[in-house]
Amino acid sequence: MVKRAHVLVCMGAGCVSAGSELIKEKLEKEIKEKGIDVEVKVIGTGCMGPCEKGPLIMVYPEGALYQKVSLDDVDLIVEEHLLKGRVVRRLLAKEGVKLEEIAAREIPFFAKQEKIVLANCGVIDPENIEEYIAADGYEALAKVLEGMSPEEVISIIEKSGLRGRGGAGFPTGLKWKFVRAAKGSPKYVVCNGDEGDPGAFMDRAVLEGDPHAVLEGMLIAAYAVGAEQGYIYVRAEYPLAIKRLQNAIEQAKKYGFLGKNILDTDFSFDVELRIGAGAFVCGEETALLASIEGRRGMPRSKPPFPATHGLWGKPTLINNVETYANIRHIILKGADWFRSFGTEQSTGTKVFALSGKVKNTGLIEVPMGITLREIVFDIGGGIIDDGKFKAAQIGGPSGGCLTREHLDLPLTYESVKEAGAIIGSGGLIVLDENTCMVELARYFLEFCQLESCGKCIPCRVGTKRMLEILERITQGAGRMEDIQELERLGKWIQQTALCGLGQTAPNPVLSTVRYFKDEYEAHVIDKKCPAKVCVALIRYRILAEKCIGCGRCAKVCPVKAITGEIRKPHVINPEICIKCGECKKACPVNAIIVE
Amino acid sequence: MKIEELRKLREKVREELKLREGVEPRVKIIVSMGTSGIAAGAREVLKALLDEVSKRGLKDVVVLQTGEKGLASAEPLVEVVTPEASVTYGRVTPDVARRIVVEHVINGRILSEYVV
Repeated sequence: MVKRAHVLVCMGAGCVSAGSELIKEKLEKEIKEKGIDVEVKVIGTGCMGPCEKGPLIMVYPEGALYQKVSLDDVDLIVEEHLLKGRVVRRLLAKEGVKLEEIAAREIPFFAKQEKIVLANCGVIDPENIEEYIAADGYEALAKVLEGMSPEEVISIIEKSGLRGRGGAGFPTGLKWKFVRAAKGSPKYVVCNGDEGDPGAFMDRAVLEGDPHAVLEGMLIAAYAVGAEQGYIYVRAEYPLAIKRLQNAIEQAKKYGFLGKNILDTDFSFDVELRIGAGAFVCGEETALLASIEGRRGMPRSKPPFPATHGLWGKPTLINNVETYANIRHIILKGADWFRSFGTEQSTGTKVFALSGKVKNTGLIEVPMGITLREIVFDIGGGIIDDGKFKAAQIGGPSGGCLTREHLDLPLTYESVKEAGAIIGSGGLIVLDENTCMVELARYFLEFCQLESCGKCIPCRVGTKRMLEILERITQGAGRMEDIQELERLGKWIQQTALCGLGQTAPNPVLSTVRYFKDEYEAHVIDKKCPAKVCVALIRYRILAEKCIGCGRCAKVCPVKAITGEIRKPHVINPEICIKCGECKKACPVNAIIVE
Repeated sequence: MKIEELRKLREKVREELKLREGVEPRVKIIVSMGTSGIAAGAREVLKALLDEVSKRGLKDVVVLQTGEKGLASAEPLVEVVTPEASVTYGRVTPDVARRIVVEHVINGRILSEYVV
């Protein structure tokens, strides 16, 4: 029987860690107890997007999105909404009176998004291949096998203007052409799912929410380049993505989409999973290939490129998760349709993991060419606590920052590069006035330095020296020549490091020096941290005229640095103070300031 | 699996996803499910409606529920909303519910004897 209502429970990693599995169990139990399990269906889906508001539940046909649902709310949803048809307004993402007003698609977080890659994420059950098939799944593969030559497939991908979504933005069709033309056999197709940027989870969401879309993209790629074996490289830190991929591969085999003579044609293709051991450098393609072969994950110099010398020295196509997930849509709807999104040079959409100091954080998909302002203020809902936008770190540890002057810049591969950052794989961290740009640069550089594989000197030693300088500056021991030295070293490393990790590691430093030089100078010359973040450069002080002598600060101070008589102004002994900030939080009259 | 088999399977499973597309259906059948509605048998009516809609394979129809409408004496109430008009039926039984689907929703003939 057709169900009258579908209850979609988000099973993305964010919501799962917030307890959505238990909520789904309880929902199913209660629905059964109430005897409405014949009318109502509960479905676990991939990531819905606004992760910070999780656990999320979407109820159709109304399209009502419930947020921050607790176990106790389950009774209410079943009793009120599912049984009596009354929407539980308290849990809604959007206030509304009429049915059409509560639909979640109308809320600003979703309204400006364009979901192509994420179209199925949060809508279908990723563990059920039939739901994927219902959503036109494997139709692109059928279309290709039914009557398109490999050259025709490559030509459509080329015309679409799709560029590698892993970060570098290399034209996908061109890459496919190279692998097709490369001499040697067998050929391999590899999916790079070694997503490692801090704060980025685009690929995870796609693998968890729509694993078959990635498989279908790989199948079409394999047909186009002439490969029969594929590998998906996923990091071990993504257990849920691995589980759903394994399940998807098994189902695809059972239904005949993987294996010999796919869809009763001559085309055969098989896929194996390879689990990475958590090294950031393995996201670099030559290191990733080495890791698949069972060797230590270290990059090698290019050329030769993997297109001619890849896995076991054979021609290998390697694309990112999001790139593959775009393929089926381009095949089904055509290159012109894809080009209708984005700009001339940067077509289609991009998935970003929006995080930092914005009100709505989570996973978003936007057309290329959208402005930073639209992302931060419309989709993101503006800065938290009505703070002021300072900058956005785009592209993770390989990227750079965009500032207020870039708010109206259309985000494309070219424009962002010109501004000294990169679109990258899709990390987007929004920063407000309380962020110290020097500390931010230090954080990202420390990440790259720790993840450096050590093979080449510029990366191994160069980033270490840069990190030492940055540590010195944030600790108030910076010297005048340090800023210049950072720029000099950074440019050297960019030009001489062996692989992408090293070549891009100085980017966050160079870009913050470029746009926030005054902040560096304040640290070095005045020994002050303007954002009041660097612990060595700040001081807590009690304003004697404001202090009422209640003694609360002295009570919470963990190191007994505060003294004073009751009803008389207290004082902080800077020699003892560890600058934990507890006193400031405890003060009822805001008499404690940070200098 | 052959390509034709894939397409046949898709036709079969596609219905499931219709509900999640968020597009306005042609016809909305709204059952009043407040306390008095349920007491008067609205749940049986709802089940009959769902069964009939699914038996006849109606693709552009959704069955919704709503709260108390106020007219308790005429419960169970069923409202049929089409682009042309909105009609409210009262004292609906499961049999009448099935007739509403066949007569009104499919053939466009309003069952005037049950209109409130």
